[in-house]
Amino acid sequence: MNKDFILSAIEEKFPEVISSILEPHGLLTLEIPVANIKPLIQFLKEDEKTNFIFLTDICGVHYPGKGDKEFAVVYHLHNLEANFRLRLKTFVGRENMHVPSMMDIYSGANWMERETFDFYGILFDGHSNLKRILNVEDMTYFPMRKEYPLEDGTRTDKDDRFFGRDGNDNVTFDDKKALARDNG
Amino acid sequence: MDSTIKKVTSDYVADSMDGELATLNLGPTHPATHGIFQNILKMDGERIHSAEQTIGYIHRAFEKIAERRPYNQITPLTDRLNYCSSPINNLGWDMTVEKLIGIEVPKKVDYLRVIIMELARISDHLVCNSVIGVDTGALTGFTYIFQERERIYEIFEEVCGARLTTNIGRIGGFERDFNAIAYHKIKLFLKDFPKRFADFENLLERNRIFMDRVINAGSISAERALNYGFTGPNLRATGVDYDVRVMNPYSSYQDFDFKVPIGESGDTYDRFMVRQEEIKQSLSIIAQALDKMPAGPFHADVPEFYLPPKEKVYSSMEALIYHFKIVMGEMDIPEGEVYFPVEGGNGELGFYLISDGGRTPYRLHFRRPCFIYYQAYPEMIKGSLLSDAIVTMSSLNVIAGELDA
Repeated sequence: MNKDFILSAIEEKFPEVISSILEPHGLLTLEIPVANIKPLIQFLKEDEKTNFIFLTDICGVHYPGKGDKEFAVVYHLHNLEANFRLRLKTFVGRENMHVPSMMDIYSGANWMERETFDFYGILFDGHSNLKRILNVEDMTYFPMRKEYPLEDGTRTDKDDRFFGRDGNDNVTFDDKKALARDNG
Repeated sequence: MDSTIKKVTSDYVADSMDGELATLNLGPTHPATHGIFQNILKMDGERIHSAEQTIGYIHRAFEKIAERRPYNQITPLTDRLNYCSSPINNLGWDMTVEKLIGIEVPKKVDYLRVIIMELARISDHLVCNSVIGVDTGALTGFTYIFQERERIYEIFEEVCGARLTTNIGRIGGFERDFNAIAYHKIKLFLKDFPKRFADFENLLERNRIFMDRVINAGSISAERALNYGFTGPNLRATGVDYDVRVMNPYSSYQDFDFKVPIGESGDTYDRFMVRQEEIKQSLSIIAQALDKMPAGPFHADVPEFYLPPKEKVYSSMEALIYHFKIVMGEMDIPEGEVYFPVEGGNGELGFYLISDGGRTPYRLHFRRPCFIYYQAYPEMIKGSLLSDAIVTMSSLNVIAGELDA
């Protein structure tokens, strides 16, 4: 099993769903629209040739200021027989944070999705028990979002502008990259 | 949490009135949970009708904290995941960062890491297996074997100065080389441990009372275990030979000759026996690593990331500069995205790291094996006796720190 095999298998069944193909540090990463993610994962698991029977992980990522690509849900799949790992990403915006649940495909997705909901507020449609898992139930915000800085913003003794940094986390991914470039 | 308490209480009253199911709170603090997490069991007499877990009692938001910390300051956070085998978490994290930066460590570092990680695995399995004995009423094995765990901790102490939350190793290698006393202690451990371990084996492995208690308790099929995302000894007990050390070798595990023990029925006894055998395999790996120990430096030559020795900081300009930059968290890590799995005490411990090129991770996610397989617990104990549920939980080796991150 290799990259071309996976890509052609997906292309055959779901033409033109892959919006980007990357391979950071040797792990094939595909970006899939949210409408196709569930049928695609179902296919990858149930098809005998692809055979991704193992769901390694689900987690969320927040990219503030990215419009309808603000929140990513990242799936790590593993074909244990061929020992091939695959990473799938799907993006949603703040207005429509609905992603289909993978619970009926992989039982293990249950808590992984609850954790992602707990941290980012991403709503998994079809999940049987979507409530907070690690934080208290009456918490009113989603703590892993970047707009909640870790440290108290009113403190002045921890100002690290002197080191060429913005003191809070409320900067976008692109801003931080630009800042890193400017600083050489 | 008020609403939850009210809800649970009202359920309890309703059930009692019904006269059929009783609600039993196992935890949050209960001698048999070995950590703080709650199980609300619906009991039909002695048998479990259904169970619901509540977790998060020691959630410390490590993933959030990590987004504000320089890379070398994240190692102490990983200590507190699975605190029965902290060195595996520490070194796994170091290797993740090394993969992202592209650091090649010397062969000697790999071998030293293997020794430390296998010692940690032994201590993790010893705790788990002796505690299964305790939960079945056999306290003797536990008191015997904790003496051996103490010896492992003494080795850690010799190598890094700490025992439980070790913060062992650095990005690029080790803080210092193993000294002669450390090597001596490791060799002594390899020599003495098999005898003491044989005592423990004789106490439990073929003990009729113990076997009657654990065989067929909390069994799970290979298919269900894979569907739930089981890894580590708990998956291997069901008969699937998945081991990250073999499938995705890291830290030169491909150089060592060892077997991956598997079970058959995925019950508590199989989990116990898989861990017993893994302890022996770990011993053999440590012996091989000592035999084949290559010469060379104990850290990679990466001054931008590896803290210089303290005496050089006072005498050398470069060392002073790098020391300042590393301590102040001024070392930028290249942009990238990496998933790095290691075989932890409980299974595949994965580090999913996204870097935006800054001094801290943009996103760090821990794939914690406990968190993923513990969700299968209600299914595993459904219809079984309460006493079976207790041994099932201890054989799953759920560690609260790893569960809640």
